[in-house]
Amino acid sequence: MDTGHRRVGDQPWVRRTLIGIALLVAMFMLVIPVVVIFAEAFSAGWSTFAGNVTDEYTVHAIGLTLFVAALTVPLNLVFGTALAWSVTRFRFPGRKLLITLIDIPFAVSPVIAGLLYLLLYGRNGWLGGWLASHDVQLMFSWPGIVMVTVFVTCPFVARELIPLMQQQGSEEEEAGVVLGASGWRIFRKITLPNIKWALIYGVVLTNARAVGEFGAVSVVSGNVRGETNTLPLHVELLYQDYNVVGAFASASLLAAIAMLTLVVKAFVEWRQSRPIVSTPEKEVS
Amino acid sequence: MSITIDQISKTFGRFHALRDVALDIPEGKLTALLGPSGSGKTTLLRIIAGLESSDSGRILFGGEDVSNLHVRDRNIGFVFQHYALFRHLTVAENIAFGLESLPRKQRPSKAEIRQRVEKLLEMIQLPQLADRYPAQLSGGQKQRVALARALATQPRILLLDEPFGALDAKVRKDLRRWLRALHDEFHFTSIFVTHDQEEALELSDQVVVMSQGQVEQVNTPTELYAKPESRFVFDFLGHVNVLSGAVKNQKLVQGDAWVSLPGNRSEQEAQLYLRPHEVHLARAPSVHARLPLRIDAVSLIGSEVRIELVPEGWHSEEIWEIGMSHNEFAQQNPSRGELWFAVPDVGHLFSGDNSQPKTVDWLYVEAANACNM
Repeated sequence: MDTGHRRVGDQPWVRRTLIGIALLVAMFMLVIPVVVIFAEAFSAGWSTFAGNVTDEYTVHAIGLTLFVAALTVPLNLVFGTALAWSVTRFRFPGRKLLITLIDIPFAVSPVIAGLLYLLLYGRNGWLGGWLASHDVQLMFSWPGIVMVTVFVTCPFVARELIPLMQQQGSEEEEAGVVLGASGWRIFRKITLPNIKWALIYGVVLTNARAVGEFGAVSVVSGNVRGETNTLPLHVELLYQDYNVVGAFASASLLAAIAMLTLVVKAFVEWRQSRPIVSTPEKEVS
Repeated sequence: MSITIDQISKTFGRFHALRDVALDIPEGKLTALLGPSGSGKTTLLRIIAGLESSDSGRILFGGEDVSNLHVRDRNIGFVFQHYALFRHLTVAENIAFGLESLPRKQRPSKAEIRQRVEKLLEMIQLPQLADRYPAQLSGGQKQRVALARALATQPRILLLDEPFGALDAKVRKDLRRWLRALHDEFHFTSIFVTHDQEEALELSDQVVVMSQGQVEQVNTPTELYAKPESRFVFDFLGHVNVLSGAVKNQKLVQGDAWVSLPGNRSEQEAQLYLRPHEVHLARAPSVHARLPLRIDAVSLIGSEVRIELVPEGWHSEEIWEIGMSHNEFAQQNPSRGELWFAVPDVGHLFSGDNSQPKTVDWLYVEAANACNM
């Protein structure tokens, strides 16, 4: 630049080195592993891949994973929205604490979360004994998997909504209620359109995590093939059986879901950042 | 519909937002709640609307207790400070929102709603903007849309929170006039909150001055300006020039400055309050006052010339302001840096702890003296 006003990063060698390092790291840490997944999955040919993916246990794992996500996402959608609404629209004692508590699942290692649930709801756990005497088994079956997945993914929606709803304030909702609208009508016509894209973003993230969760699920699932095996657990099982191609075939499915998530996420981010058209007209009086 | 505010109190934690506020808002009048920020005026407005609940006291609309009536059922129009237009709805949809929210039995047909919206758009002179979104409007346009939206359900009470606060001076004046005209045409009972005394005095039929959660004074703008009942109201309504000193020998004295107070035999601390128009400037002190001041600035903009002065040989917390007509200014030609003397014609004396002022009229005293001679 010939303005004579140079910042540190303006020097070409600094810029080139930094960009070079970033590219190199991204290449070896991110791109190559993903490419390897697909390369390995298809290494024994298309038909083997198809065979691996349509394997009875793999199909069941896919089904269970999608089933868990299908339960988790709506649950956390409702929970996250209700939580964000309550902490941004009302003032009550313990509100700040609640906002902090939302982050517990982020702070706690998923394996610990799984163990906690096992200790609490397992056969020898505090509540598990009582549940077992009533013939309810939560751990080592799908309800347990859903429970830990809900736990691990519950901050995503609320975390997306809280800053946005704080920034938007409650004036529009107050305007709605003064105009005589019912609570449901206000939510549907005013709140929901305002938070729509953040909500979708939160759902996409929740879904991605619900599908890919390994640690917590592995503790409570019991790894019964064809019964309580989710796709990430299935990948590990296959790998331990020395069925590397099969493991990579299943892994490639997860990778595909992840990439789809990224595309949706990028689109939603683009929509969110787009302001509602603003071309103020000259004052007409 | 008249509004009665009966002993309303409200605290936020330890902060007393309102203390036993009692007030009557007459039907069909435009009332201003005027006060500095933190005086409780917005809280009071929100309690009247039902957006906030009071700790104690009652709100009555036309004699009927509405304290426990939900804001939804109070049928009031409310204009928010930042308009709070629904950003995802068009101007027409915003205005129609209240009508569409009516219970099915009272809700007009779709065609009727469309007609009503068109009428309202004409009333706010923006029919061409029906399909715009709020982000595409200027501040003044948003304000009018907010008004139309509030009036769509034909409320009998209209509440406005700092309605012109966020607008520039020119638009503000236009809108003020327009709101006044609108009010005179439809005669709903309106209350608006403002911290701008000029706005309150110009626009309203009745002004309620509030301070620290309490009502200081209620009166018509003219009476309020002419007869403030406390130092606070005096200070708050426009500029005031103050001479504070001690009364001795029927004179209020401080440093080189004094003003005669004929008939005042008490000897105590006192403050003399003078409005800019109650004082004139002279080259020499008069028989009843000696107030030396140096000219600091001259402002020619407006219908009157405003002169700012600094005390010379005595002290005042704020600068003095004296107004004179352009004609007078051309004759006397006071300019910056010159020493002049302020001559009060009428003043208001607060003595000791007395919160009520005593009016002193030197013109009258002089006339009486002249007659006696």
